[in-house]
Amino acid sequence: MTDFDVVTLSRMQFGLTALYHFIFVPLTLGLALLLAIMESVFVMTGRTVWRDAVKFWGTLFGINFVMGVATGVTMEFQFGTNWAYYAHYVGDIFGVPLAIEGLMAFFLEATFVGLFFFGWRRLTRVQHLVVTWLVALGSNFSALWILVANAWMSNPIGAQFNPVTMRMELTSFKEVLFNPVAQSKFVHTVSAGYVTGAMFVMSISAYYLLKGKFQDIARRSLTVAASFGLASALSVVVLGDESGYTAGENQKMKIAAIEAMWETEPPPASFTLFGIPDVASQSTKYQVTIPWVLGLIATRSYDRPVDGIKDLVHDAEQRINNGLPGYRWLSANGGTENAIVPSQLNSSLKDVGYALLLKHIRPDIENSSQNEIHQAALLTIPDVPVLFWSFRIMVALGFYFIGLFGLTFYFSCKRKLDKPLLLRFLMYSLPLPWIAAELGWIVAEFGRQPWIIDGIMPTFVGVSNVAASNVIASLTAFLLFYTALAAVDLMLMIKYVRIGPYEAHE
Amino acid sequence: MIDYATLRVIWWAILGVLLIGFAIMDGMDLGVAILHPFVAKNDTQRRVSINTIAPVWEGNQVWFILGGGAAFAAWPLLYSVSFSGFYLAMLLVLLGLILRPVSITFRGKLLSLGWRRSWDWLFFISGLFPSLLFGVAFGNLLLGAPFHLTQAMQGYYEGGLIGLLHPFALLCGLVSVAMMIMQGGAWLGYKCDGDVSLRARFIAAVAALILILLFSLAGLCVASTIDGYRLVYEPDTSGPSNPLFKVVISETGAWLANYQNYKWSIAAPCLAFAGALLAAVLLSRRASKLALFSSSLSVAGVVATAGFSMFPFLMPSSTHPNHSLTIWDSSSSAQTLGIMLVAVVFFLPIILAYTSWVYHVLRGPVTERAIEQGEDYFY
Repeated sequence: MTDFDVVTLSRMQFGLTALYHFIFVPLTLGLALLLAIMESVFVMTGRTVWRDAVKFWGTLFGINFVMGVATGVTMEFQFGTNWAYYAHYVGDIFGVPLAIEGLMAFFLEATFVGLFFFGWRRLTRVQHLVVTWLVALGSNFSALWILVANAWMSNPIGAQFNPVTMRMELTSFKEVLFNPVAQSKFVHTVSAGYVTGAMFVMSISAYYLLKGKFQDIARRSLTVAASFGLASALSVVVLGDESGYTAGENQKMKIAAIEAMWETEPPPASFTLFGIPDVASQSTKYQVTIPWVLGLIATRSYDRPVDGIKDLVHDAEQRINNGLPGYRWLSANGGTENAIVPSQLNSSLKDVGYALLLKHIRPDIENSSQNEIHQAALLTIPDVPVLFWSFRIMVALGFYFIGLFGLTFYFSCKRKLDKPLLLRFLMYSLPLPWIAAELGWIVAEFGRQPWIIDGIMPTFVGVSNVAASNVIASLTAFLLFYTALAAVDLMLMIKYVRIGPYEAHE
Repeated sequence: MIDYATLRVIWWAILGVLLIGFAIMDGMDLGVAILHPFVAKNDTQRRVSINTIAPVWEGNQVWFILGGGAAFAAWPLLYSVSFSGFYLAMLLVLLGLILRPVSITFRGKLLSLGWRRSWDWLFFISGLFPSLLFGVAFGNLLLGAPFHLTQAMQGYYEGGLIGLLHPFALLCGLVSVAMMIMQGGAWLGYKCDGDVSLRARFIAAVAALILILLFSLAGLCVASTIDGYRLVYEPDTSGPSNPLFKVVISETGAWLANYQNYKWSIAAPCLAFAGALLAAVLLSRRASKLALFSSSLSVAGVVATAGFSMFPFLMPSSTHPNHSLTIWDSSSSAQTLGIMLVAVVFFLPIILAYTSWVYHVLRGPVTERAIEQGEDYFY
């Protein structure tokens, strides 16, 4: 039915373009807010050094912002171009937050960002400050709606299947909006953006202090960014824990895979600090565990178990079996004018998504053997080593940020920032928040596989019926074009950092 | 509460308004991009040209993003079938939409002449390609696209990029390019002074006349050679969103039927002609703000004409006319349309208000003298 090469290519394209887009987004989120904070200080104190700081960081913000905007369009397009069946199947729900994002957030951010750059002499100080805050507000709202949409893919609530239109339809907008997964994801993600913005400002300021250049701006920027960064880093970790809890409630397989926890342990489950997950033997070697911790994070209790991968595969097998009668009925009656689900099939229809996993194994899934059903159930295990390691590196980086920002904050309060070792650490830590953010995205999206909508639609079902050659063409175009743009972007960033604050505006 | 059929008509109108908003607002940017290398001869003039749109392009582009978002949320099948069907064309549009903002922002960041010249031409390409392709896409919507749906609503498209290049579709592409040049030229004529304004106004006036010619030609094609589509039975306007329950035939001239049934709709093509004619006259007489206004009206008329001609069709199928997407069978659920309508009614006036305020703050011409003094301009 579906050409699997198209699936792989489309996934590669979406993954690469999303990771690429997500290079620019966190910096936009963090830097916009830092600009607004610094400009507030300028308006309150009237000291022009703060305005110079805002203009300087604003130049770098502008180079980054345009890349974020430009590469964001790609994400919207791909739902239609490469994931057409997905777009049809859930547009009724998934499209809503995307459209509201445009109306409420993106318009705001995009309309005012021009005034941020061009409005310095046309606006009063307070007016310009309001503009800057609106840009920051717009970019944060934007993240909120995008994550409401993204969270729905992990926890698809407030929707029901309609057998006449052959798609999911919205039943409760409130449930979609107040999706618990969305809330923790939102705060976790924007906090990660703030950490990125803070690190960016701190690293470059540290570079200036080490060089003995632009001390007045660098020192002030470092102080603001350190306190902002510390608060954000704490929030990232705490809200990451909250994400762990909501994921534990809604995405048991993701948690089990992150922990490489093959068997269900007697509660409360232990947290694996280190180990080598071995997929072939379904075991984790050389484990170092901390008792109780996972059980507490994932269930907020000490008596409920965290399900292991093997038990979850067993559940999946049952759900595939349960979904097959629903699939059979849908093949015959779905998409006809008077299709009404017989009441005895209601529960089976909820598991049709599981039955669809069999399409990966054979097209005529009604005739699957029990062995094939077991094979399909094994597909519900995401890539365990990737999740295990991505998660651990991300968390380690999170704690590293708290430590580094805490130290910087301490020394900036004591006005003793002339510590070359600390400044070097800050400077060379520049890439780390991006690594953490990208790994976080990998944990979230890889961890949801094989689903594009958890439990409802396997990823390979959502793909467009386009020729593989077309996707190869677009993937190649993106690779070339994006690489060239990245080179130009990086070159400009470095150039403007070298020029520094005072000559940035010709 | 508003009934399902009315919600569908309202959302058809909202999609139209967003597309018109895009064509008017982003049309200025696209037009400036196309005109840029020709109306601005030295670096100062090119900075004038770029800086007329530099503070506003982001907001202008959101009209397109929002149009896409609204299509996704309100017309998921249209979004799904058109974006995947026009795959490579969409890719080219997308690359153009990425290249344009990047050119605007990056061009002025280095002093090297070679750097700036390269971005000038990339900027030109980033305006020309999307303008042409939007028109070609609309042409293909009018012609009908070779797609069919399965009972599970899997869309299959049986044509490639070359298949989009039907002569009529190319004609629509040229209509679109002429329209964007007129709009961009009118904007430059209004927004700057001196040589750039003069050249832009001249080219825009010529483009307006060419637009009238090409638009008439497209109208003649629709009347005499191009097959339109027609629903055979009265549609169930509140029926479920499944396009497979109807009978459609294609026949020449069917795209003109609405102008017979709803006489007032003739206003759209009239607006297209009158606006372009008025713009041409005004542009030759220096009344630039009014010229931009007339040009915008003409743009709105052109887009509305395409919409009115096709109503209630959104995307007809040339190979399986019965599978054509119409507003009665390709919408989101009533629940979704209702919630989104509330969002639009609430936010669109706010958007219009702050957009007007931003244009008000940025009022006044971008002059060569100001660029050379360099205080206000960033790029």
